Amino acid sequence: MSTVHAAPPRWRRGEGLKALLWMSPWLVGFAVFFAYPLAATVYFSFYRYDLFTLEFVGLDNYRYFLVDDRAWVSIKNTLWLVALMVPAQVLFGLGVAWLLTRLKSGVGFFRTVFYLPSLIPVVAGTVSFVFLLNPSGPLNQFLEFVGIAAPDWFGDKDWSKPGLTMLAMWGIGNTMMIFLAALLDVPKHLYEAAAIDGAGAWRQFRSITLPTISPVLMFSTVTGVIYALQYFTQAMIASRVAAGVTDSPGTAFVPGYPELSTLTLAQWLFHVGFRDFSMGYACVLALLLFAFSTVFTLILLRRFRAFDEGGDR
Amino acid sequence: MHRRFLTFALATLTAATLTACTAGTESAPALGSQPRPSGSASAALPASTIELWHGFSAPAEVKAFEDAIAGFRTKFPQITVKLVKGVQDDQITQAVRGGKAPDVASSFTTDNVAQWCRSGTFQDLTQVIKQDGIDLSVLPEVSRSYTEYEGRRCVMPLLADAYGLYYNKALMKGEQPPRTLSELTALTKKLTVRDADGTIKVAGFMPSFQYYENTASHLAPMVGATWYKPDGTSAVGSDPAWKELLRWQKELVDWFGYDKLEKFRKSLGQEWSADHPFYKGKIAMVLDGEWRNAMLANEAKDVDYGTAPLPVSDAKPDLYGGGFTAGTVIGVPKGAKNPQAAWELVKYLTTDTSALVTLSNALRNVPTTKASLESPDLVKDANFQTFLDIFAHPKTITIPASVNSTFNQDSLQEFMVRWEKGSVTDLDAGLAAVDKRFDDKLKLSGG
Repeated sequence: MSTVHAAPPRWRRGEGLKALLWMSPWLVGFAVFFAYPLAATVYFSFYRYDLFTLEFVGLDNYRYFLVDDRAWVSIKNTLWLVALMVPAQVLFGLGVAWLLTRLKSGVGFFRTVFYLPSLIPVVAGTVSFVFLLNPSGPLNQFLEFVGIAAPDWFGDKDWSKPGLTMLAMWGIGNTMMIFLAALLDVPKHLYEAAAIDGAGAWRQFRSITLPTISPVLMFSTVTGVIYALQYFTQAMIASRVAAGVTDSPGTAFVPGYPELSTLTLAQWLFHVGFRDFSMGYACVLALLLFAFSTVFTLILLRRFRAFDEGGDR
Repeated sequence: MHRRFLTFALATLTAATLTACTAGTESAPALGSQPRPSGSASAALPASTIELWHGFSAPAEVKAFEDAIAGFRTKFPQITVKLVKGVQDDQITQAVRGGKAPDVASSFTTDNVAQWCRSGTFQDLTQVIKQDGIDLSVLPEVSRSYTEYEGRRCVMPLLADAYGLYYNKALMKGEQPPRTLSELTALTKKLTVRDADGTIKVAGFMPSFQYYENTASHLAPMVGATWYKPDGTSAVGSDPAWKELLRWQKELVDWFGYDKLEKFRKSLGQEWSADHPFYKGKIAMVLDGEWRNAMLANEAKDVDYGTAPLPVSDAKPDLYGGGFTAGTVIGVPKGAKNPQAAWELVKYLTTDTSALVTLSNALRNVPTTKASLESPDLVKDANFQTFLDIFAHPKTITIPASVNSTFNQDSLQEFMVRWEKGSVTDLDAGLAAVDKRFDDKLKLSGG
């Protein structure tokens, strides 16, 4: 007995091809820049690969991950940055933007002052910041002047990540601008109506401002988390400057100075792949980073959707 | 049609994924496949332009390289040599992988030699060395060992570094340099000057593992510590010499006080600047390489100093006179366009006495062949002679070639920093953990 399949109507097949044709630039981009690298990463994660020789090792690279204590330290540091640096950045950006909406005069000046650091190249900004915070730098001199025992920011493992967080907060220009635009977009009449109903500033912020700017809040948080998961340049530069090590021929350097406290997953991945040339194992770390990004993004999207739905009720 | 399209797309993707593994295969001739000059018939080699990548970057260093190559240009006028400065090891590896290998490449360190030999990043020189009748016994055994891996000689030693003790005569209070660790401890305590509040003004010796050249590899010869067992696994946890070194160091760190020592360390000038603490009279005795002689001559002419071998374990006086050595290596990468001409240049730079002496006189590194070490043209004073003697000493050691050399050094160094801080309570357990880290990585790298 044979099954008869009805052929799709001619017009529908034509429509489908047309749609494929229109989508093809995206499909090609997706295949070349996402699907292929992802497939290659999965493939190489089962191999010992030093860029020259390739040998199938099954799950050895995954097993090594379980005993690689530096990988675990780097994950811990990265999660610290996600949990503390991202909220600090978002809240500070939102706070500065909110204050700017309240200013009666000098708005342009302050907006420029807060935005300027984000225009400075990352490497130059980080180097300056480390010097600003060095043990005999101006900030520590000020702290000592007012009687506070100044920490050795980037030379002390307990203070290096807070130091990086301060650096991130210093460069919140872009986040602040997005929040500022969102805050200025909240309809004024909602505040007026709420004020007539007797709502105070906090109630207005919680019931009007937050729900209205929640898409922007979500965008900033999700991009902030992805950025923190890939945090690399600032940590690498700050640790090198603090350790007094330059990247010159013949100079070995363990990333993460002091005591691995600034070692992030992205840095360790780079070190394993492009210093150690253990590409197979670097692929395992890359897949882990990808998994982290996906899980965090999904969780955040769900949370914000729940928040939005709650706000609508 | 959709199915056919999907099949095609999947096949293309799979093929692309698989072919990615074999990218970078070379089409350039292999070493030994091109005509070579026989004896003194230099003209037998065809005209070509070869590129040499090296790590030197200071104008004086680059000029030294140019001067050393002048003899080669006279010998092979048909070969043009282009020098590319300031190149790092990972750039070499990536260039070879990307099919853009230079003809000749050199590295300041020996850390990647094993990996380069094993993966074939640098071509095996064994055959051409044999063809040209080069007697490798002109090189000290230690130099031969750091330029080969598992029987593959893929690089040659160009110049070497040797490590010893520099002492500031004005700060020594008439004392002679120490020969044993206990003498070093006693002298350090005697020469250290503190403020009333205990702040260190002058340190007799900096025991910190975080201080510039005080790395595990440079300190190991003081106690004769070994890195690996014969099977390539870690010997760090089982060799009592490491414990001796660590305990001696911790005792001295504790005498200074870790916090005070760290404060002092962080107040010191940069290693590669004119503010170096040895120049400024901040430290009486420092462990350093032979190159410091040239830097002192350029940056701190007024410092009256002497040099000596590093002090050694009281229980092993026969180690005295030796030290650590490693150095610049040079070879012909896979994919070199003119491998025969490249080999002629490598051979010239690493075996020609005049070239080695020219480089050594300019860069103040140790020349590697016995003839160049004994050459009357080699400029040397008593301070530089110390390092020539250390290099030639039978107890001088290097880090045995390992595919994980950098990783292993980093791992031990990281442990030592935690140790001196006092974060490690059980030394045996800590060193066993270092062993495990070495061995796990060895397994990952395929032994």
